[in-house]
Amino acid sequence: MPDSWLLSLGGGVLIGLAAGGLYFLAGEIAGVTGIVRRAFIGPERVWRVAFLGGMAAAALAWLLTGNVGAATAGLHDLSLWTLIGAGLLVGVGTDLGNGCTSGHGVCGLSRLSPRSLAAVMVFMAVAVLTVWIIRHAGAA
Amino acid sequence: MRTLVAFLAGLTFGFGLLVSGMSSPDKVLAFLDLAGAWDPSLAFVMGGAVLSATPLFWLARRRQRPLAGETYDQPDTRLVAKRLIGGAGLFGIGWGVAGICPGPAVVDLVLAPAATIPFVAAMIAGILVSARLRSR
Repeated sequence: MPDSWLLSLGGGVLIGLAAGGLYFLAGEIAGVTGIVRRAFIGPERVWRVAFLGGMAAAALAWLLTGNVGAATAGLHDLSLWTLIGAGLLVGVGTDLGNGCTSGHGVCGLSRLSPRSLAAVMVFMAVAVLTVWIIRHAGAA
Repeated sequence: MRTLVAFLAGLTFGFGLLVSGMSSPDKVLAFLDLAGAWDPSLAFVMGGAVLSATPLFWLARRRQRPLAGETYDQPDTRLVAKRLIGGAGLFGIGWGVAGICPGPAVVDLVLAPAATIPFVAAMIAGILVSARLRSR
């Protein structure tokens, strides 16, 4: 098994412990879209801001490792308009769809929610298709 | 107590995103690119996460209330609305275009603020405008 698979598995286990732990201990869903939205407009902003602060603290600690290039590989290749357009689509889409990769993906699948399974299948399929169109359709 | 739990959960979540490679658009797009040089790593992220979260969600189901909270949040699990599918589709397009979803956007914002600010600002604007229109 390649190292990158093991790292991904290990990172995934951490994500799952965080999401499962937040639910077990505090009764809250670790869905980043919902957390961001309610960190701005409430209700119960305090724990949500703390969760985002924890994420930021992890990234700050990561800065000390100096391994930023690999962690953000590809980020600097994106044009300003790509970033803005994709950000808008992600924002509107996850709000209308009630969740993203963390809320529907990690939490929803772990709760065996059929609704989340439907959402995950749709956004995965559409994302795969989008990448295919961008990278391969022109050359076909 | 809730604040501390949330902070530690966010910290662990953030490290998980960084260790797993989810914070890199290249890595995410390589996973989504089935027809290219496919990199299956991110399937292990989701697999590992669901594997470790499922028992905790199951344990929570056996309790009346959480240790640091009043109730267990119970999002609707059954209703598959058009809005849900349409929203997931829009999100899928945005994710496929840039390879960034909301969690990684938060850690990338700290690692590479200049490159990430346009994405995060647009994402937050999208979330808030959509939420405003929904509530009318």
